[in-house]
Amino acid sequence: MTKAKHPLGRGVSRRRIIKGTASVAALTALGGFPNVLRAQGATVKVGVLHPVTGAIAFAGTQARIGAEMAIEEINKAGGIKSLGGAKLEPVFGDTQGKPEVAATEVDRMAREEIVALIGSFASSNTLATTQAAAKHGIPCIVDVAVSDKIVGRGLDNVFRFSPGFGKCSEDALNNLVNINASAGNLAKTVTIIHEDSLFGSGLAGLLNKRLPDFGFEVIETIAHATPTRDFSNVVTKLRSTKPDLIVPANYYNEYVLLARTMLQQRIQPKAIYSVLGGAASNYRFVKEHPKAAQYIMDCNHWPDPRKDGTQALRQKVEATGKFFTYEVPMNYDCVRLFADALERAASAERGAVKAALSSANWKGMIMPYAAVEFDEKGQNKHARPVNTQIIGDDIEIIFPDELASAKVVYPMPSRG
Amino acid sequence: MLDPILLWSGLVNGLLQGAIYALVALGLTLIYGVLHIINFAHGSLLMLAMYGVFLLFSQFGIDPYAALPIMVVGMFVLGYGLQRGLISRASHGRDENILLVTLGISIVIENLALFFFQGDTRTIDVPYAFDSLEVFGVFIAIPRLIAFAAALLIAGLLWLMIQRSDVGRAIRAVAKEKQGARLVGINVEHIYAVSYGVGIACLGAAACLLMPTYLVYPTVGHAFVLIAFTVVVLGGMGSFPGALLGGLLIGLCESFGGLFLGESFGQIGIFLVFIVVLLFRPSGLLGSRV
Repeated sequence: MTKAKHPLGRGVSRRRIIKGTASVAALTALGGFPNVLRAQGATVKVGVLHPVTGAIAFAGTQARIGAEMAIEEINKAGGIKSLGGAKLEPVFGDTQGKPEVAATEVDRMAREEIVALIGSFASSNTLATTQAAAKHGIPCIVDVAVSDKIVGRGLDNVFRFSPGFGKCSEDALNNLVNINASAGNLAKTVTIIHEDSLFGSGLAGLLNKRLPDFGFEVIETIAHATPTRDFSNVVTKLRSTKPDLIVPANYYNEYVLLARTMLQQRIQPKAIYSVLGGAASNYRFVKEHPKAAQYIMDCNHWPDPRKDGTQALRQKVEATGKFFTYEVPMNYDCVRLFADALERAASAERGAVKAALSSANWKGMIMPYAAVEFDEKGQNKHARPVNTQIIGDDIEIIFPDELASAKVVYPMPSRG
Repeated sequence: MLDPILLWSGLVNGLLQGAIYALVALGLTLIYGVLHIINFAHGSLLMLAMYGVFLLFSQFGIDPYAALPIMVVGMFVLGYGLQRGLISRASHGRDENILLVTLGISIVIENLALFFFQGDTRTIDVPYAFDSLEVFGVFIAIPRLIAFAAALLIAGLLWLMIQRSDVGRAIRAVAKEKQGARLVGINVEHIYAVSYGVGIACLGAAACLLMPTYLVYPTVGHAFVLIAFTVVVLGGMGSFPGALLGGLLIGLCESFGGLFLGESFGQIGIFLVFIVVLLFRPSGLLGSRV
C-alpha cells in the first residue's frame, strides 16, 4: 500500500499547475467539441497503398502519382462540399510488393484513421490488404489488381473499379479471335510466358482452359519468377517450338527483358499478344525500346482518349517528366470515385462511405467505362479492358471499334 | 525435352550468366578473404555502380564499355574511402559492428537511390544491344559474350595481382597474419582499404558489362547479392578461382534447373547444390584463403 499523496504534492509550482490546466482544457476542446474544430480546415484521410519499392515499384510509383494528382485537384476545387469543404489527406503506404508487408501497412493506416483505402496494384498484395481492411471495416477501392479471387470472398468492403481477369481474358480472347479471323486464321499455336505469382499464374491457367475452345493449341506454358535475371533459355525454347502467338503475362522489368531477348534472338511470331502485359501498354517501354516494342499487342486497361480529362491528365503527367501509364488514370479515377462517395454520404464515417460506394452510379471517370456501378460482389459491372498495339512511337487503341485510333497491324511485319 | 539445341543453349546461357555472377562474387570474396567482412553493402554498391553507368550514358553519352575505366577507378576510390573513413572507424575492429555498418551503408544507399530515382526501372539503349552471333543454332548476344570474356580476364588479372604484385603480397600477408604484417612495416589500414576498394571496383566493371543488356532499379542488387554470397561460399571464401568456378557452376545450375524444372522452380537447383557442397565440403570447392 502506498500512501496517497496530495495531488499537487510538494514542490509543485504555480506555473506548472497553470500549464497543466491549460493542456487539460485543450484536450477537452479536442475531445468534447470536435465539431467546432472540424468546421475549419478539416480533412478526410484516405489510404493510398501501393508497391513503391521492390520488384514492381515502377507500377506502384505510377499508381501513386495518379492518386496524388486527383487529391490535389479535388482539394484545389474546394474539397468535399457536403462536408463543409473538407480536404482529402492522403496517408501513403508501401507494400514493397509483399502481401505480408501490405497487410501490416493496412493496420498502421487503420490506426491513422483512414476512411477508405485505395490500391494496391498487384493481386497478391490486394488480396492481403482487402482482408486486413475488412477487420477494420475500411472500404477498399481496388485500382488495378485483376485476380477474381479479390471480389469472390464475400467481403463487403471491397469495391473493384477495374475489370478482373475473367473479363479481361474473355475480351482478350474474343478480340484475338476477331483479329486472327481478319487475316484468315493465320495463327494456331500459342506459347504462354507468365510470372509465377497470383496474377500471371491465374491468367495462364485461365488462358490454358479457354484458348482450345477458340481453336488454338497451347504448346507450352512457361512460368518464371519475379525478378528473373535472364530469359535466354525461354527464348531458345520459343525458337525451337516456333509458336504462332506468344502471350506474355509479366510485370514491367521481366516484360522488357523478355521482349529484348526475343528481338535479340530474332523471334518472328505472327503476333506477340499480351493480356494485361506489364510493358506493352507503357510509354516508357515504347520510348526506350521502340524496336523491341514494335507491333506488340495488348489487352489491357487504358483510358478513353476521347475524353478531355484523359488528355489533360496526360499533359499534366508528361509535364512532370513522368510517363503516362494506365496506373495513373486508374488511380486518378479511384480517388475521384471515393470523393463522389464521400460527397453523397455527407459523412466521413467508414460505414457510410461503404454504403455510398455500394450505391454508386458514377460517370465521371476517364477510363472507357459506361459508368461505375458495383454488383453484389463489389465488382464494377461496366469495367472493361481495350486492345492496344504499339505502332510507331505511340500506343494506339485497335479494339473496340468505337474507341479505335488505328487499324490493327497483323500479322507482325519483320522487325529485322 | 532433351532437344540437343536446348541443352546446348542451356550450357551457353548458363556459362554466360554465370560469368556475371562470378564477377559480382569476385569482389565479395576478396573482401571476405582479406578483411573477413561479410559485405552486406555489396548489392547496393552494385546498384549504385549501375546507376553510375546509366547516368554516364544518359547525361554524357558515354558508352558503357568506354565508361569501364571511369567506373572502375570511381568505385575503387569510393570503396577505399568507405573502408578507411567509415567502416574501419565505426566498427572499432569488431566483426559484429562491421556487419551492421555494411548493412547500414546498404540501407542508406538504397534509400538515396529511391529518393533520387524513385522506384523506376531504367535501361540504356545502346546500338549494339541486339547484335548477336549464331553458334550451332543458339543466338549469343554480343554484349553477354563480351561480359563473359571480361569476367574471365578480370578474374585472371586479380589473381595475378594477388600472386605477383607487391600490393598482392601485402594483401596476402595481412590476410594471413595482421600483426606480423604490421611488424614488417605493412600499412595494414591502407591494405584493408585497398582490398575493399578493389572489391568494389569489380562491381564497377560488372555494372558496365551488365547495363547493355540488363536494367537497373533501386533494389536490383538483391537479385544478385544472394547469388553472389552463394557463389563465394560454394567456391571457397577468399578464393578467386573458386569464385569463378562457383559463378559458372551456379549459372549452369540455374540454367539447367530452369530448363528441366521450369523457370520458376529451377532456382531451387542453386540452393540444392549449395547445401550439398556445404554438407560434404564445408570449406567450399577451392577453399583456401587468399
